Amino acid sequence: MSVDLSQFIPSFLEESFEGLEVMESELLNLQEGDNETIHTIFRAAHSIKGGAGTFGFDNVTEFTHLVETLLDEMRDGRREISPKDTEILLDSIDCMRLLIEAARDDEEYDIDKVEKTSKRLAETLGDELSTDSDNQSTTKVAENNISGYNINFVPEHSLAKTGNDPIFLFSALAELGELTLCADTKDLPALKDIDAQELYLSWQLTLYTEVDESEVREIFEWVEDECLLELVPIKAPSTTSASISASTSSTQSSSSPSSTLTNNEQQTEPDTSQKPTEDIEVQDPETKLVIDSTAEDNNITSKTKTKTKGKAEVGSIRVGVDKVDNLINLVGELVITQSMLSELGNDFEMDKVERLTSGLEQLLQNTKELQESVMRIRMLPISFAFNRFPRLVHDLAVKTGKEMELVIKGEQTELDKTVMEQIGDPLVHLVRNAADHGIETSEVRLANGKSAKGTISLDAYHQGGNIVIEINDDGAGINREIVLAKAVEKGLVEANAILTDSQVYDLLFEPGFSTAAEVTDISGRGVGMDVVKRNIQSLGGRIQVKSTLGKGSSFKVHLPLTLAILDGQLVKVGSETYIIPLISIVESLQIDNKLINRVSGDMVLYRLRDDNVPVLPIYQLFNLATECTEIDNALLVVVEADGQKIGLMVDDLLAQQQVVIKSLKDNYQQVGGISGATILGDGSVAMILDIPGIIHMALAQAQQAQRVKTDGNASVTAEVCL
Amino acid sequence: MTKVLVVDDSNSIRDMVSFTLKSAGYETVEAKDGLDGLNKAKSSNFDLVISDVNMPNMDGISLCTELRKLGDFKFTPILMLTTESSTDMKMRGKSAGATGWLVKPFNPEKLLATIKRVVK
Repeated sequence: MSVDLSQFIPSFLEESFEGLEVMESELLNLQEGDNETIHTIFRAAHSIKGGAGTFGFDNVTEFTHLVETLLDEMRDGRREISPKDTEILLDSIDCMRLLIEAARDDEEYDIDKVEKTSKRLAETLGDELSTDSDNQSTTKVAENNISGYNINFVPEHSLAKTGNDPIFLFSALAELGELTLCADTKDLPALKDIDAQELYLSWQLTLYTEVDESEVREIFEWVEDECLLELVPIKAPSTTSASISASTSSTQSSSSPSSTLTNNEQQTEPDTSQKPTEDIEVQDPETKLVIDSTAEDNNITSKTKTKTKGKAEVGSIRVGVDKVDNLINLVGELVITQSMLSELGNDFEMDKVERLTSGLEQLLQNTKELQESVMRIRMLPISFAFNRFPRLVHDLAVKTGKEMELVIKGEQTELDKTVMEQIGDPLVHLVRNAADHGIETSEVRLANGKSAKGTISLDAYHQGGNIVIEINDDGAGINREIVLAKAVEKGLVEANAILTDSQVYDLLFEPGFSTAAEVTDISGRGVGMDVVKRNIQSLGGRIQVKSTLGKGSSFKVHLPLTLAILDGQLVKVGSETYIIPLISIVESLQIDNKLINRVSGDMVLYRLRDDNVPVLPIYQLFNLATECTEIDNALLVVVEADGQKIGLMVDDLLAQQQVVIKSLKDNYQQVGGISGATILGDGSVAMILDIPGIIHMALAQAQQAQRVKTDGNASVTAEVCL
Repeated sequence: MTKVLVVDDSNSIRDMVSFTLKSAGYETVEAKDGLDGLNKAKSSNFDLVISDVNMPNMDGISLCTELRKLGDFKFTPILMLTTESSTDMKMRGKSAGATGWLVKPFNPEKLLATIKRVVK
């Protein structure tokens, strides 16, 4: 029967990528004599090889076999673990990833790289492999003129103890041809001496079949060490070839378990030497076959490339069974509540109102728990994103020739899968920067009284409804004079501008800004930091920079835990309800008239302790009709983004609640100052304010206003006013 | 119905072996490593055990040794599913009491054909 296993390919692929990650991170931890680690690495390679073989990903199998052989030598202690080998293995993992990705997407891969690496692997392994390939050609010996076999099968008494049962062997043999058998009971002891667990019988079998001897022997493969097995071919009447007697060494066989095997080899050896040409013929088609099949593969690749492209992007999440069980439980309770409520609704009377309220409360509880559980399914430990960094830092250290180590903390902190996928690249960029620009060379570090080895640390933790990821290094820190000079040179700021530290650091995120004296291939091309910031902002997060010259830098990335639900403050403006993300609210207050500072034009600043916060009435922003246009005694929600504060003037503060984010872009179109929408309990639609966007708009206005003030030129304001 | 315990740390291999056996009418129980397998073996009877060799917590060879210590598994066929077809590995399996071995790459037809040598 044929069994279609293609449905298991996705899970194999997923498992393989996980396996590669395990191999990589364990390799970086690998120390001499650490057997458990080598075992873990070996197991991962082993599983990949096994699966790849099953699904016919032959190039993966072949390549992984080399890797596995090398690991096997390490595992058995035949090879010492040298940094050079580790490098080769790391490169090999890259190649395996390439190969598996190519197999997944049906695409071509970087053949050069794979070949180079496999050559290096083969060189490392030395000559041992060449002997490996010789073994295979000797197995097949055609015995055309054989019509069957006389088989003498004398099992050891203990055969049953390894779970073998002759009866199944015989029925398997019977499937090959016509079988007659005759049991020999001469070893059977007297009844009182019989041990029920022992096997005392032996058999003479005659099998008329056309299959090869090797196929018959294969049936006995699992018992050949525990029995005396003699196969004498029954010749068809016309044959003339020399008969091979297998019984010559029968006395030997009973004494040593492996002698039947050597016996077999002795038989085949003269045969192959008789026909040396056949040997070559056997090998030749094999090599041809390999070439053919790769050529075919290439053909298929080019044909199906476009078709399968999108397939790989359908992600999947592995969810613990306990989480699913929990969900099912909750759904069960929800169903109970629902049936209770609908029964209540069938003939409702006022005296049942108490039961109704309690039922509704239960419903609220159920939905809340269900929501939390569903969200938890999407949550993954951030180690999924952190996993690639040990390798990255290792590679960076090699490339830059600096000594550095990576410290990872809080890798169990959970984060929404979508956020995780999108934060990976920005984090890579930040770590690269830390390694390239932050950490100094050992000489410089020692001269500055630091340890020779630099440290980069990654830390993740929850803070309120957010996750904070910190990237710290103990390197040179950011030199604000250089940054400023560069910014002036690029025309980003005016030469005599006075900027705070955080404003200076913000310059790093300006497009096209790079302070690296020399552009390296690691970083410093000046593309990136602005992209990093944009990516983080598009996730609803923000980034903060702190740095001490000579001590190091710290990048703090704040992200919402999820993109699907948001903790929001509902505010009222006119007849509309808006939602301000709680994450961006600094405080809400009632305006004190004495602290209002009217600058010029429409601009109003509010004195908040040491800060002057621009006030932006929302009704003006969205052109709404409202009665609350007076700034005196109005409510002000102070929000912050990008290190800038702004006061949003609202009519009223309503409830705080979690809202489900609906994309405006998908359902309507992007609107400035609005990041999305949600549907409130009463069914109305409320807009979610895009705080960074609004601040950006307001600051542009404020700057213009300031310039107007200093220049005394009022005409500019008219152009930029909202 | 013939009941098979499938022990492998690789999800996909375990699924495949299990799927193949089920499609041929066998009943299967899966275990994710040797220790898990041993616990499942203790709580139920099986007609056949198919186990990977390289696994965390408890490898296949140790599982085999442990199973043979249990009365119920004294004569139960135990097959090792392995890519390591070396004589050394086979001998280690044998001395631990393994019945036979199935060499990966895993081939469904081959699996069904070979297990006929030890079970109905």
